Amino acid sequence: MNIKESVIKSDHAMKITGEAVYVADHPTDGMLFGRLLRSSKARARVLDVRLPALPDGYLYADKNDVPGANKVKIVLDDTPVFADGTVEFIGDPIGLLMGPDEDTVNRLLERIEVEYEGLPPVLSIEDSDTVFFDYTYAKGNTDKAFAEADHIFEEEFRTGLQEHAYLETNGLIARPDGGRITVHGSLQCPYYVQGAVANAMGFEPDRVQIKYDTTGGAFGGKEDYPSILAAQAAVAAYKAGKPVRVIFGRREDMEFTSKRHPSKCGYKAAVKDGRVTAMDIDVKYNAGAYTTLSKVVLQRGIICACGVYNIQNLAVRGRAYKTNTVPNGAFRGFGGPQPFFAVEMMMSHIARNLGVEPLAFKERHVAAQGDVTSTGGRFHFPVPILLMIEQVAKACNFREKREAYKNQTGTRRKGIGMSLCYHGAGFTGAGERDLIKAVAKLRKYPDNKVEVLTANTDMGQGLNTTFAKIVANELKIPMHDIIIANPDTDRVPDSGPTVASRSIMVVGELLRRAAVRLREQWADGGEQLVEERFKEPGYVIPFDLEKFQGDAYPTYSWAVNAVELEADTLTGTVKVLGAYGSFDVGTPIDRNIVTGQMEGGTMQGIGFASMERMAVDGSGKIRGNSLSDYIIPTSLDIPNLQCMLYEEEYPEGPYGAKGAGELPAVGAAGAYIEAIEQALGDVRVNHIPFTAEDAIEILHKEPSL
Amino acid sequence: MIREVVFNLNGETAVWNGGPAARLLDALRDGFRNTGVKCGCREGECGACAVILDGMLVNSCMVAMGRAGGSEVMTIEGYKKTERFAALDKSFASVSAVQCGFCTPGMVLAAECLLRENPRPDEGEIRAGISGNLCRCTGYNAIVKAISSAAKDGEGLW
Repeated sequence: MNIKESVIKSDHAMKITGEAVYVADHPTDGMLFGRLLRSSKARARVLDVRLPALPDGYLYADKNDVPGANKVKIVLDDTPVFADGTVEFIGDPIGLLMGPDEDTVNRLLERIEVEYEGLPPVLSIEDSDTVFFDYTYAKGNTDKAFAEADHIFEEEFRTGLQEHAYLETNGLIARPDGGRITVHGSLQCPYYVQGAVANAMGFEPDRVQIKYDTTGGAFGGKEDYPSILAAQAAVAAYKAGKPVRVIFGRREDMEFTSKRHPSKCGYKAAVKDGRVTAMDIDVKYNAGAYTTLSKVVLQRGIICACGVYNIQNLAVRGRAYKTNTVPNGAFRGFGGPQPFFAVEMMMSHIARNLGVEPLAFKERHVAAQGDVTSTGGRFHFPVPILLMIEQVAKACNFREKREAYKNQTGTRRKGIGMSLCYHGAGFTGAGERDLIKAVAKLRKYPDNKVEVLTANTDMGQGLNTTFAKIVANELKIPMHDIIIANPDTDRVPDSGPTVASRSIMVVGELLRRAAVRLREQWADGGEQLVEERFKEPGYVIPFDLEKFQGDAYPTYSWAVNAVELEADTLTGTVKVLGAYGSFDVGTPIDRNIVTGQMEGGTMQGIGFASMERMAVDGSGKIRGNSLSDYIIPTSLDIPNLQCMLYEEEYPEGPYGAKGAGELPAVGAAGAYIEAIEQALGDVRVNHIPFTAEDAIEILHKEPSL
Repeated sequence: MIREVVFNLNGETAVWNGGPAARLLDALRDGFRNTGVKCGCREGECGACAVILDGMLVNSCMVAMGRAGGSEVMTIEGYKKTERFAALDKSFASVSAVQCGFCTPGMVLAAECLLRENPRPDEGEIRAGISGNLCRCTGYNAIVKAISSAAKDGEGLW
């Protein structure tokens, strides 16, 4: 078997026939339907909750019913299971109403009266006086570089909320079972959920079983959120003594579950002899009401804030601010897309200030193998960005078009832009070594079938197929002799969460090694169990999280994006003529799967830059809470999407594979906006999403048009 | 007051007693356990609940059961037994057009309705034909390719 060659995905048949069981597909006999009572105020004291008379079989659970800690264990534990005295955002869960008939539950929920004492909400980074996290790090001597600079440029960039819009909303079922609780449903990280439920229930972890149901997309939106919902559902089910199902409607899911952090990034750059010698970067994220994953999202964001460039002198500060808005969390790219948009635009704008083509200017600054990273680590492996630029430039005639689109007249004008990015593969810093300590197992049965035992979940990214391929390839047995049952914490070891583009690179490699050992000791007809544990590669410079020094990632995945578009200067509307990308994720463990990931991620990246605008009103309420008001790309929006692979093998990953899933969502925004700037006549754009309304605003300011 | 809605579901007579105001989506999923019909938004935006009603692709969340009386409804549960499905199944598999799978049943039925109208669509026509069905995973390329190759390989089926 050539590991790169595509196979029929192992979940294909059950999904295309409609037979796959998602959480909403379980029979509901004997089950209660749960709905959360949510705060209608962005910030308030809860003085009283008055329930209507509840019919038999209908129950309400709140903070008083939490047997363990009324805290959801995520990174920190400031998120309450149910509000305790105060509410911190519109939608903050106060309690859970449940009963046997869904419509009755909905009607009763509307009759619950909550008395609030309103407090003035804080809705923006500017107004916030609570900093959840504040990090700084430095490299070289920025003071000296700024003192010696020929030019100093300063700009600020903003990005907006982005909603995951997975097609299947968040949903879980909690079932009390003797002295235990079982929770199953749509989720990425079974052991995260187990930890959170155990903490809320006051149980030892072995009394909590978490099982995964087929999950209809996640993109980070089911990384931390299911921990919160599972704690609530478990408390409710425990009180009722019956299974409780909580599945969100689309509007509830869009309005009240995590999103990509809005950001404001300030860049100040020193230029000497045509080169950027220093950057002073100030990254600010709107964390929302609770810390959830902001700590780690921010860490990744500030580490990549100077982009793919070798900048000798850096001063970087990053802060995550509390506001009375929905807590923001993980979203494909995990803090990377915001600074990558900012740094790509900053570099492009500096080039234009100096009268140089942006791409040529960027090329002069791209880091190379052996260079020191932003945090004093090393790019240990080749950095193929320059070669990938050529691959993309050739595919779209980039340089010719960039030249041809200068000085256009007429109503419709074209533009083309290119952006460069990386994604640090796996957890930031020493997380993999110190916190996760992944364990993966293979169990061989007497019939010579082999079961993969890991906690990683397939949410569409193809993990069950790629894991099976790796094991089958090493054992030289057919794919159909590999069993991958849905993860269940009663049966699988903790191989870590399904996040950070780590699953193939880290867990896939553990499985490969386990398969090698199993092959060596293979006993026909016997039952055997092989276990592998994570070991950090020897070359890694240990990361010090206090000082932000060392190798933040064992390796990097690289991407080059180009977008060509046409803007209508009368209406401000934009048509994407082509989106091109080259992606280095090492060896693709299945070309179709990797290409599908790159295509889907690129589309999300362009959506982030263009149409995906989530409006929030002055009370803190999200208005873009439906798929009519928050627009994601359809099949007509980016018709010419060409994603290519560049294979720079990573020696520590299985067959040379490294992180893949997040990379395509990281960089496209910069290319889109650079193309917009050209099409609209060399304008400057400092925020995304950039909509038709924004285009009109710019065009009206431009007297020459 | 109509109490009973009789319609044809995947070739068989089906009787619905849950009232004419119920959504076809809920009747199909909860009443007839056709859980291949997915609920993505309940407001006609995403296409995950698409089914074929008298030959037309509809979002079943937007159809009241009263409207379904006397009609023929086909869901993925029925369609998967057809030769045309087999062609789409094969082409979707060959390019790995299924990721999370939540949009897939609706997408396959959208493909059927498109190919029934236009057995040899070009790429633009395929993109238009599935534009009412959202997919957040694939970027649509693989789905478009799959429909195109099913049309070619399934020559004569549509």
